[in-house]
Amino acid sequence: MRLNTLEEFRAAGEAYRRLLEAQKKKVLVCSGTGCVAAGSLKVYEKFQDVMNRKGLSFELELEEDPHKDLVGLKKCGCHGYCEYGPLLRIEPAGLLYVRVSPEDVEEIVEKSILSDEVIERLCYRDDGQFYAKQDEIPFYKKQTRLVLEHCGRINAESIEEYIAVGGYQALAKALFDMKPEEIVREISESGLRGRGGGGFPAGRKWSQVAAQKNFPKYVVCNGDEGDPGAFMDCSVMEGDPHRMIEGMIIAGIATGAEDGYIYVRAEYPLAIKRLSIAWEQAEEAGLLGENILNSGKNFRLHISKGAGAFVCGEGSALTSSIEGNRGMPRTKPPRTVDHGLFAQPTCLNNVETFANVPLIIERGAAWYRTIGTENSPGTKTFSLTGNIKNTGLIEVPMGTSLREVVFEIGGGIKNNKEYKAVQIGGPSGGCLTNEHLDLPLDFDSLKRAGAIIGSGGLVVMDEDTCMVEIARFFMEFTKKESCGKCTPCREGTKRMLEILERIVAGEGTVEDVEMLEELAQTIQAASLCGLGKTATNPVLSTLRYFRDEYMAHVVEKRCPAGSCQKLKVFRIIPKKCKGCGKCARNCPVGAIQGELRGLHRIDPEVCIRCGTCAANCSFDAVEEV
Amino acid sequence: MITVDYAKVDEILDSYRYDPSKVIAIMQDIQKIYRYLPQEALAYTAKKLKISEARIFGVATFYENFSLESKGKYVIKVCAGTACHVRKSAKVLEAIFQETGLSRENPTSEDGLFTIEIVSCLGACGLAPTMMVNDTTHSSMTPEKAVALIRALREEAEHEA
Repeated sequence: MRLNTLEEFRAAGEAYRRLLEAQKKKVLVCSGTGCVAAGSLKVYEKFQDVMNRKGLSFELELEEDPHKDLVGLKKCGCHGYCEYGPLLRIEPAGLLYVRVSPEDVEEIVEKSILSDEVIERLCYRDDGQFYAKQDEIPFYKKQTRLVLEHCGRINAESIEEYIAVGGYQALAKALFDMKPEEIVREISESGLRGRGGGGFPAGRKWSQVAAQKNFPKYVVCNGDEGDPGAFMDCSVMEGDPHRMIEGMIIAGIATGAEDGYIYVRAEYPLAIKRLSIAWEQAEEAGLLGENILNSGKNFRLHISKGAGAFVCGEGSALTSSIEGNRGMPRTKPPRTVDHGLFAQPTCLNNVETFANVPLIIERGAAWYRTIGTENSPGTKTFSLTGNIKNTGLIEVPMGTSLREVVFEIGGGIKNNKEYKAVQIGGPSGGCLTNEHLDLPLDFDSLKRAGAIIGSGGLVVMDEDTCMVEIARFFMEFTKKESCGKCTPCREGTKRMLEILERIVAGEGTVEDVEMLEELAQTIQAASLCGLGKTATNPVLSTLRYFRDEYMAHVVEKRCPAGSCQKLKVFRIIPKKCKGCGKCARNCPVGAIQGELRGLHRIDPEVCIRCGTCAANCSFDAVEEV
Repeated sequence: MITVDYAKVDEILDSYRYDPSKVIAIMQDIQKIYRYLPQEALAYTAKKLKISEARIFGVATFYENFSLESKGKYVIKVCAGTACHVRKSAKVLEAIFQETGLSRENPTSEDGLFTIEIVSCLGACGLAPTMMVNDTTHSSMTPEKAVALIRALREEAEHEA
């Protein structure tokens, strides 16, 4: 239904709210990438089957005439607790069922929908205690969900539900109650900083674009979340696409741009699908396109799909890719605000930044500043992954300590291992160790510690993770993703990778470590774009905090974490060896000698550390030292 | 050898109004049909968009998602992102290579069934290690699960044949 005026929009909002409230129970099936992979769509289908069979009245979309005892069945965005997927929330009780399978559906309908029972075995459990309600689970208790407030609470494919919970109100306010300069001022006063990594003040960027007299101008949303280990933006695009689109339209009104582009990476097919649905719905409703709600303002949306290049997360490379070119960055200045997409003034922000905008416009800058820290107001989403108990998507106020995130929300390290470090900010970031556990997570504190918030990927590592190997891993990534335009990055990352490969293979020298540092400094100083400038961060920060591990590799030829394959030493325990000869027969290089029924020995000079002997020994007589 | 259906390419070009700035989207659509970019189709597209073959080739080779060589029926993307890496995705990859007899250097099987790709992140890090077969994500993989999956795909292909 097209909404032609503000009055029609308000009336529709009322009507949708009534329809949503008419649903006596709501079943919210998580359909983010994680839960879909775990089989949540099968659960969703099974619900339809069972409720059809039982003759229950339920609806998938808000329908025109609500009736009694209606159940709303919804595919919603990410609940965040991916480890326990498929997840299912039942409202109004606020129950959360974890690891739900299609076989559980019949019982859920009987007990928790037709009646109000809680099925204990489907609830989250920890330390013998079970938690029926989602908000009571420790993972959720410590979080402040603002950007993600709708993720997991409404149907991610319904504009009606988004409007019913107050969506597009901020747009209406921006269109009818505020002048463009007032919008820019509100964003500036809120202190919102770009959530894509750099933390540049969004208000300053917007005012620079607004000041330009050169038309047309563009709004571009960076959804090219390339950092491995990060999926926050993916979840926002999948779970609450309208929120982000609304933020982009407001940016357009504020800066005088009438066209917006969303650049999404092709590895996110579900995000692209949900964004396309939202785009169509908003156009149909008259909230996108020409003369929005008869305000005289226009804003057209375009979606550009990436094609697999990490460097396209960099502003000038991203705009170059939307233009249909190789995604290579260029020398700056001129900056994107003056000379961005199609060489026109461009307001470029990332997904989470735009998703914050409607909140600020609706509730005001003063309210926004009450959350987070003085210099980094608001919340930040993080994806919590790696060797941690509770993996998933979280949102906390800026300034929350790393300890709270890792041990309270994340539940600590998996399998009772020791915490070693957290890699934050992906291949451009650094690591945080034990001494940083009480560090507040905000832009400035992290910068001082030699790391960055980046887009917000937090990969937790335990005692078995070798930090040199992690540095090598990231260098392999950046070397592969270097676009090749400037020499320091193209050649430098290649050389650094070669050195790191030598070190983990036990062939490194002390001079190699020094060379790594020298190269890192040069690449940082001389690279053209952010990719090169930050590519050396993982090496520099691991060298800063784990230099002893590098030294153990090059001097003692030993990997303290016991993870580097080529530095492992296998030895036969004389007391356990029965002399059966199985190891010698299986050794691919003939490194094991010994007489039948006599003690066998491994020649370390010949051994290639493949571990076949240990895997085959029937008496556990081969040990790794 | 594939014969390019130029009528289909025309249809795609038409839907983007022969706009050269849409060349990436156009190539994505062509690749959807052939699972790779046949050389003839690229040359034809360049001519129709009035851009040089060098430019279209430059764009096609820049992005990792484009392939100038044909791919298998099942494209298996094994994630080697950070979260998957620390949860031992390398062992999963090794098992897949062993089961299929393929390698980094030789990623597509001769029977045209499998192509193995190593990717950086599939966005399901909470369920690491992950992999994707065509458009379906598989989570919490182990070497055993990966081998079972490949065998199941082989059977599925046999049934279809």
